[in-house]
Amino acid sequence: MGYVAIKGGGRAIEGSHAAVEALRTAEGESGTPLTLSTIEHQLRLLTSRVVSEGGLYHPRLAALAIKQMQGDTLEAAFALRAYRSTKPRLLEMPVQDTSNMRLIRRISSAFKDIPGGQMLGPTYDYALRLMRMDLADESPQAFRSVAKRFRQAQPDADLPDSFPKVLDALRADGLLPPLTPRAGEAFDITREPLVFPVPRSAALATMARAETGSLLAIAYSNMRGYGDVHPTIAELRVGYLPVMLPHPVTGELTEAGEVLITECEVVAMYEGSDNDAPPVFTLGYGACFGHNEVKAIAMAILDRALQKGMRDGPSNPSEDPEFVLLHVDGVDSMGFASHYKMPHYVTFQSDMDRLRTTQEKAASGEATSSESADTQGVKA
Amino acid sequence: MSPGYELPTDEAAYSFGFLDEYAKREVRRCILKAISIPGYQTPYASREMPMGRGFGTGGLQVTLSLIGPGDALKVIDQGADDSVNAVNLRHFVELTCPGIDTTESTQQATLIQSRHRIPEVPLTEAQVLVLQVPYPDPLVLVEPSEARRKVMHGEGDYSRLLTKLYEDLVHFDEITIAHRYPTRINGHYVIDPSPIPRYDVPQLHQSKALVLLGAGREKKIYAVPPYTNAEPLVFDDVPFRTEDFDDASGKRRACACCGATDSFLDEIIQQGDAPTRWQCSDSDYCNQQLAQRQAMKQENT
Repeated sequence: MGYVAIKGGGRAIEGSHAAVEALRTAEGESGTPLTLSTIEHQLRLLTSRVVSEGGLYHPRLAALAIKQMQGDTLEAAFALRAYRSTKPRLLEMPVQDTSNMRLIRRISSAFKDIPGGQMLGPTYDYALRLMRMDLADESPQAFRSVAKRFRQAQPDADLPDSFPKVLDALRADGLLPPLTPRAGEAFDITREPLVFPVPRSAALATMARAETGSLLAIAYSNMRGYGDVHPTIAELRVGYLPVMLPHPVTGELTEAGEVLITECEVVAMYEGSDNDAPPVFTLGYGACFGHNEVKAIAMAILDRALQKGMRDGPSNPSEDPEFVLLHVDGVDSMGFASHYKMPHYVTFQSDMDRLRTTQEKAASGEATSSESADTQGVKA
Repeated sequence: MSPGYELPTDEAAYSFGFLDEYAKREVRRCILKAISIPGYQTPYASREMPMGRGFGTGGLQVTLSLIGPGDALKVIDQGADDSVNAVNLRHFVELTCPGIDTTESTQQATLIQSRHRIPEVPLTEAQVLVLQVPYPDPLVLVEPSEARRKVMHGEGDYSRLLTKLYEDLVHFDEITIAHRYPTRINGHYVIDPSPIPRYDVPQLHQSKALVLLGAGREKKIYAVPPYTNAEPLVFDDVPFRTEDFDDASGKRRACACCGATDSFLDEIIQQGDAPTRWQCSDSDYCNQQLAQRQAMKQENT
């Protein structure tokens, strides 16, 4: 190791790290350090958000990032993303079939009854947001018995392993355009920069790891009137997707594991097509790692809005691929917002130089113009 | 989520230079393209680094792709080696690149990564300067869409930028762009030279050292190759002006530390009624001047 140059700045950073660590452990003697398992399970939606925005399905590492960053989702997702940078890409994933998902929840707001049935599953949608005071002082015994009782009360698996997709029924009815097999590989945003115009697969990949709030804000602008998607959720499903990879020796597709994902398909009002084909509904697709329903819905709406923008030219921010895709990444946006805290002495010096010079010029300009006004007055 | 997952055990075993070898090779290829087309913003798949976007991740990826054993790295921020961000970046490179040297001396460095300044001492052919870039495109001042800006660059159409400069002259009798001054490279592409002060722009012109500019968040790398023209965008009858360090009487201010009257100065506001202090922004230059002056003093006594 060579000569290490450290001065005041280095000491300040060390001190700051120590202060962060002191706050993380500020409960002191009475504190219990969070275990990664606790975070992963009891804060599962937080973990979901971080694996999704981090773009790396590793719930345990996500839990570690959450612990380390003291619950900051942006920072935690960022740490996961930086970890991902150190890993090479091993192979091109074949398309995964989400009709094979082992579901924990699936709903359709388009149809009262859907093939396979609606399954509300775990959701806060119909919960009253009243404070549950009993949780404030929960005993470990009570806590441990809940899941056990739930499992005992469930009838033993009459549930099928997978459910048909609502869209397939719509497609069979001719309400949706037929599937056209996509030629060529999907755009890999981790290996290629976005140079506009970009294909839809690049847009989908960018949104799948976008920051939830950013995606929601832009999608909401479309819902409220800066756009006209008017979506209906054909199907929203949450569950474990078996990941099928080619076997390294035989090349045969083999289940390598499973990832928890949320998938949302919206249909929007039909559009007359240019040619003579009959009018059909249009589709928007959203999917992301983890259990993040709002994110998947926002993404599906934006996918539909962006498809319109790509075809007809954007008439709203939410339809403009550059506007949406370059501003929804949490790592990019939070990093740049944070960087303003860094020293800007030199550029500010430069700014002051310009301001002083123009101020001086304005002052001397006023002086000369009032002089010339005086002269003109005399002449008149 | 499944309890079956284990934490990766190879966390400590980050590869040399943090990024995997494929990523570094990709960055090097983009650098070659950038050098071949001076001033062209070469897109690349910028990786997420373990520090914030905007903190120099673009420059860092360039540095990490180029650095190897035998290199001496200097990292500065605002001209200073001990600025918090410079310390942080240097520490990270030391951590992930065992066997390299770091230095504060401009002359001893083979690779210099900098934010907002070019060292005062002219660089040599043996050196590479890496500048960190927040906004790679000077046309962003006049055109928000990247797709349209790309066409304008290709056609060498900088008319709207020149119009902006002209409007400044009409409004203020002075071009108001303080830093990030649009600079034409090799007679075609106009670049944003990163937020260096106007004072530093002439250093780019016919520089002996290769200058690489890396924008991590915006995913672009561009270059000013050695011995290449770099001309700030101006009008024939309006000369390019660098920051003014003359006092009220028209005398060039001197650094309060080393007495130099030929360096970019930081203005340091003092408490109370004490007069403002001026000090070299390039800390290594300041130290060297100081050492020289002290040596001369000792000789004289």
